Amino acid sequence: MALMASTRREADTQSFPLFVYLLTPLLALGLQSFVPLVFSHFSILDLPLLVVIYFASTLRTPIAATIGGAILGLAQDALTHQPLGVFGIAKACIGYTAASLGVRIDTESPVSRLVFTFLFVFLNDAIDWVLVRHLLARPMPWEWLHELIRGVVNTFVALIFFALLDRLKQRE
Amino acid sequence: MESFVSRYKNALVLIIVLVAQLLALAVQARRPAGPGIDQSSVSLLRYTVVAVVTPPERLIVGTGHWIHSLWSGYIDLIHVRRQNAALRQEVLRLRIEQASLAQDAAQGQRLEHLLDFKEHYIYKTLPAQIIGTGGTDQSEVLYIDKGSDDGLQQEMPVITADGIVGKVKDVFPHTSQVLLITDPTSGVGVVLQTTRTQGILKGRPYGQLQVVDVSPDSRIKPGDPVFTSGGDQIFPRGLPVGTVERILPDPEHDPLVDILVHPAAHLSALEEVLVITNIGDAQSPQEAKDIAESEAESEAAQKRASDILSERLPSLYDPNAPADTNPRVTTDASGNPVRPPAPPIPIHPDQFSPNAEPSAADMTPGKRWASVKYGTEDTKPSSHPPAARPNSTSTSASASSPAPASKTTPAKSPQTTAPSQPKKQILTNGPSLPHKPASTKHSATPGPTAPQQTTPPASASPSPQPQGGLR
Repeated sequence: MALMASTRREADTQSFPLFVYLLTPLLALGLQSFVPLVFSHFSILDLPLLVVIYFASTLRTPIAATIGGAILGLAQDALTHQPLGVFGIAKACIGYTAASLGVRIDTESPVSRLVFTFLFVFLNDAIDWVLVRHLLARPMPWEWLHELIRGVVNTFVALIFFALLDRLKQRE
Repeated sequence: MESFVSRYKNALVLIIVLVAQLLALAVQARRPAGPGIDQSSVSLLRYTVVAVVTPPERLIVGTGHWIHSLWSGYIDLIHVRRQNAALRQEVLRLRIEQASLAQDAAQGQRLEHLLDFKEHYIYKTLPAQIIGTGGTDQSEVLYIDKGSDDGLQQEMPVITADGIVGKVKDVFPHTSQVLLITDPTSGVGVVLQTTRTQGILKGRPYGQLQVVDVSPDSRIKPGDPVFTSGGDQIFPRGLPVGTVERILPDPEHDPLVDILVHPAAHLSALEEVLVITNIGDAQSPQEAKDIAESEAESEAAQKRASDILSERLPSLYDPNAPADTNPRVTTDASGNPVRPPAPPIPIHPDQFSPNAEPSAADMTPGKRWASVKYGTEDTKPSSHPPAARPNSTSTSASASSPAPASKTTPAKSPQTTAPSQPKKQILTNGPSLPHKPASTKHSATPGPTAPQQTTPPASASPSPQPQGGLR
């Protein structure tokens, strides 16, 4: 099956230069905070989520992906006014799931990236909604059309974003 | 045990991370919302992230403004001189207009002071630059480039010239977080201008505004302005909030409605804002000085205008005219003060004349003492002599009828007047008409209040002194 990872890919160890690990999350946070000033609809994107999905599915290390997702989510929480932990929990779950699936799925295939990015955006929003609505008891609607548009936009942006990050890989 | 940990270490790490964050969330959610309740660790984390993220944003925004100011300050200066002249004229016109408005405002303030109403005036504002956002749809927050080092504190209102924006939520040394009015957790006390309906403005998902739980009122129409009411103790009263967009029924509170409001400030394209750093219940010295200057300029302008008019228009009093040949005389030839004119002399008595009505002992129940003509009792002596009255008795009518008494016994019918003349005199109450000479038959019937009517004084001439009264 095309979506499944081959034995060669599973054995292939992928890594990135150190500055990529440091700058990419910061750049994602900065762009997520700054660009809506110029283009207000940019906030429909979730660049930190795309960063978590990419590194988790590429590095395939569930523990690192969980901790990295939690840290990036907490940083995203810190930029909002809501309690810390909402995005942290959601992105920790996404990181763990993406890393676990990355072992079995060919993460460099555009089709597989389209599918799991779309699903992960939905999963991330669902976890957010449950936490905000039921744990924090704050008003937060769930609109299927909005979530669909959000998923589609993030998925197509992820294709470009992941392709750019692929160029920074160091293959051993 | 070791094999269990090593086998499920990934899941264990996930569980530990999730449980730790859930506990942290529970602790934060248990604490009441309000300024300054964040734990020190939470504040430290927020501070760290903001300190890392915002400096590049400040750099980008600063560079952009430097380029923009370079362009607008040195390159794009065409027609500036002409615009400057036009703006100066506009400033002069607005100053005069402001002076007239300032007087109205001062009067309003005096009235409010009389009513012991505490008005809040904006003392001081601090301009700030928007450098970032919260980055998500769920959190409508902005970051500005001013913080506690610039004197900012939590709960300070943030506005633009168009309307209110939000309030300061978290303050860092060089940055502050502003909670927009479109956030669902925000609340602003507002009032509708047309109906004076008060309510609470809250944010809706996806950046909309609504006034929640308002009593339905058919007078509320789209386009009605909405202002701050000052009831939230954060925003001063009277700041523009927006306009009514449409009215929606509130399904959770059936008779009540929600009013969607279109914000006055362009919240999606903000660049600069003003943070109100000082609010008082009196005018600031600068405001008082500005108003005084404007009033002085307005008075000077009005004085100049009146001087120009007085030079151009002919004067009402001619200084070169001869002396008045007929000055108003207040004394007669002997030096005695002139008496005011007396009331007019009645021509004949009517039912309202004093002593014209017979005493109750002389009247018979069910019988009229005067004939009825045109719906009123006619007491004219010439047309209805007492003997001709159909219902009058011979004894009482002959003894007490006022009509013959007015003719024969003037002392019993002192006032005889024309039917329409007294009413006219009451209405005008001005100079009395010239009295008829004493040769007429009614002129010999002086009333008790005007005994000298028989010999009208010289002052009762066609040029009497006016008396005060209705004009």
